[in-house]
Amino acid sequence: MIEARNISKKFKQQTAVDAISFTVNESENFVLLGTSGCGKTTTLKMINRLIEPTDGEIFINQKNIRDENAETLRRSIGYALQNTGLFPHYTVAENIAVVPKLFKWSKEKIRSRVEELMSKLHLSKEYYNTYPNELSGGQQQRVGLARALAADAAILLMDEPFGALDPITRTHVRNDFKNLEEFKKKTIVLVTHDVQEAFDLADRICLMDKGKIIQVGTPATLLFKPANEFVQQFFNEQRLQLEYKSVTLKMIWNFLNDGVDDKSLLKEITSGKNIWQVLENFSLNDEAMLVRNNGVTKKINYASLMKAFNDYKRAN
Amino acid sequence: MEEQQSLLEFMLQQRGKLLDQTIAHIGLTFTSLLIAVVIGLPLGIFIARRKKAATVVLNIAGILQTIPSIALLGFMIPLLGIGPLPAITALFLYALLPIIRNTYTGINEVDANVLEAAAAMGFSKWQILTKVELPLAFPVILAGIRTATVINVGVATLAAYIAAGGLGEFIFGGISLNNTNMILAGAIPAALLAILFDFLLSRVQKINLKKIRVAVALMPFIILLLSSFYAIPSFEKNKLLAGFTPEFMGREDGYLGLKSVYKLNIRNVVISDAVMYKAAYEKKLDIISGYSTAGRLKAFDLVTLYDDKKIFPPYYAAPLIRNDVLQKYPEVKDVLNMLSGKINDSIMTELNYKVDYLKQSPETVAKDFLTKNNLYRQPRNGNKGTIRFGSKIFGEQYILINMYSMLIEGYTDLKVDTKTGLGGTKICFDAMTNDQIDMYPEYTGTGLLAILNASAKTLDHLKQNEDSVYNYVSDQFKKKYKLTWLKPIGYNNAYALMMRRQQSNELNVHSITDLTNYVNENQK
Repeated sequence: MIEARNISKKFKQQTAVDAISFTVNESENFVLLGTSGCGKTTTLKMINRLIEPTDGEIFINQKNIRDENAETLRRSIGYALQNTGLFPHYTVAENIAVVPKLFKWSKEKIRSRVEELMSKLHLSKEYYNTYPNELSGGQQQRVGLARALAADAAILLMDEPFGALDPITRTHVRNDFKNLEEFKKKTIVLVTHDVQEAFDLADRICLMDKGKIIQVGTPATLLFKPANEFVQQFFNEQRLQLEYKSVTLKMIWNFLNDGVDDKSLLKEITSGKNIWQVLENFSLNDEAMLVRNNGVTKKINYASLMKAFNDYKRAN
Repeated sequence: MEEQQSLLEFMLQQRGKLLDQTIAHIGLTFTSLLIAVVIGLPLGIFIARRKKAATVVLNIAGILQTIPSIALLGFMIPLLGIGPLPAITALFLYALLPIIRNTYTGINEVDANVLEAAAAMGFSKWQILTKVELPLAFPVILAGIRTATVINVGVATLAAYIAAGGLGEFIFGGISLNNTNMILAGAIPAALLAILFDFLLSRVQKINLKKIRVAVALMPFIILLLSSFYAIPSFEKNKLLAGFTPEFMGREDGYLGLKSVYKLNIRNVVISDAVMYKAAYEKKLDIISGYSTAGRLKAFDLVTLYDDKKIFPPYYAAPLIRNDVLQKYPEVKDVLNMLSGKINDSIMTELNYKVDYLKQSPETVAKDFLTKNNLYRQPRNGNKGTIRFGSKIFGEQYILINMYSMLIEGYTDLKVDTKTGLGGTKICFDAMTNDQIDMYPEYTGTGLLAILNASAKTLDHLKQNEDSVYNYVSDQFKKKYKLTWLKPIGYNNAYALMMRRQQSNELNVHSITDLTNYVNENQK
């Protein structure tokens, strides 16, 4: 879907992005992760030509984006930024309708799309004619997301979209966003410096440092098969939690015991859940649960889960 | 004393003129403002994109702003002549800085995130400018327009100096004529206009976000409408045009007398005496109301028209001094009288010519004259006391004041403190009566008409005779104001109508009656 070939960006003396290549697959959530100044935002902005690369090329659906008119390109790519960048002189509805209007949609179509998005992002109807500065930070960010999604572009670029929010609001907005069908459907490139957020949202993480890509892979790959010392170090601080979050029941399936005797009374849990989520369940209610995977059912409790997880880790 | 007219009566009586002047004033303000917006706004947008050009442009506009307004008008005369064109140009230059600067600031202050979002949504550069930058910068840009408007309402009063009309005609006429009502009739509406426009624009500025886009679209039309108030006076060719000072316009021994005694009805504009002679020389004007000893008469080859019906009273110059000063320093009287009989009309014209045209300093001219007449002495640097001399704002008065200062400092132990360049009769005279100056050179005719406001009966009785006017004025001033007229210096700086020598010969116009006849024959 998106393919970057050897792209570099030099600002005067400084090299922000240094000859990197990567591919983002269709419907994939691709997270550019790194500390400030690692080049992740510059990389993102090169995809919709807010920044032009000094060297290298970017293809979207095999088409070189340089051959396309920049404005046309941008209208076909959704964009959400950290400080929302909402137009203060436009109402909430007008802000969401910006790109559809550029596409000259009919009034009715725009209106129904705006209302649909507002309800999806849990924005009350009464905000329709409100100006952004009358909304809370979380609400503003929801409007920003709605605007990015409005024209139903296949690609969505997100520059630290939850970065300016307090931790609680951030979790709420992020979870609501994760539950949108768009989140699953669209090709998303997201920039963040927040490791938890990257693990929460990413199909694959692209870890960057000093303008170079250090490693690209699933969260579990980065944790359990780090390419080098840097990758290992990068996740050390929150390693345990990240491991719990990046490993699903499906992944440790083979390490779980079979032993099921009485299946009727127990709660069921899907095999897509990660260890962290199962642990959350145990901490609420310390009873054994049933997991079903490919027609086979297994019973787990806290001890068997931990054992399987540790066996999985050792095997990797 | 004749009964004083109230301000309201004056304004009612002059309501036609007042309305014309107010309309011309609004027109001047907004025509120049419109041009300033048309040029300043794109320039501000341009420099917001080119930071290097910004410093240069803002500095140039800043320097323009620091030029004193009257000087800027002066610069305009050689380039653009007189009338609305130089006035509007000067006003436009004043309005430019606030508009450019605020446009620049307003656009720079637009949140970078908003601009990035606009670009990322796929707005073109033009759409970013018109849909995002300008609306968001609008309140700041409007504040600039508001500043420019208020500046222009004020500066536009000076337009009267160069025949562009406006409320300045009353203000400067009033100052010259010692007529407070006339000053207020110009100044109050001017102040009200400034307050009114400032208030209206402040309302627009507070407009909420929703209406901003409407306001942005409406602004140009409103300014255009207001600027259309100013129907630029038509300067038809082939007809004589007169330029009169504001003072001359309101005087019995001026335009009023020309109308009533000579029945002269000539197209005229109001203009400052500082630029009048040059305008006549450059054929922008044909007839001007000059002073008979003006140096520029010689410089610009102008001739005076003979006052065959004697409407201009004699204007013999003499030092006017406070009685208490004469008592305190009796020696002053004889020293100031030393000039008496030393300067006749042609000598004064020659001295004025040196200052006005050859650009010698009044001090040099004064010193040379005194030296030549064996009157000059080195200053004694005494410290007996200080005496304060004032002068009006034209060359001749500067020369006289320099002579008097040199004489006083050479012959007495007094020090002289000079306050030169006081705007007109009213300012000089009020400074005297308020004990801010002790002496200034005044003219008998001015004392008679502008200060004493002599009635037609008195004028008739005095028969415009040199001695009778001096005696009457001297007598009245002693009684009413405790001021003394010392001996006349000897020259008569009366009003005179003037025209170019060449034109005077071509048209065979040599007296004011000739002029009246010519105008009546050719302008019907």
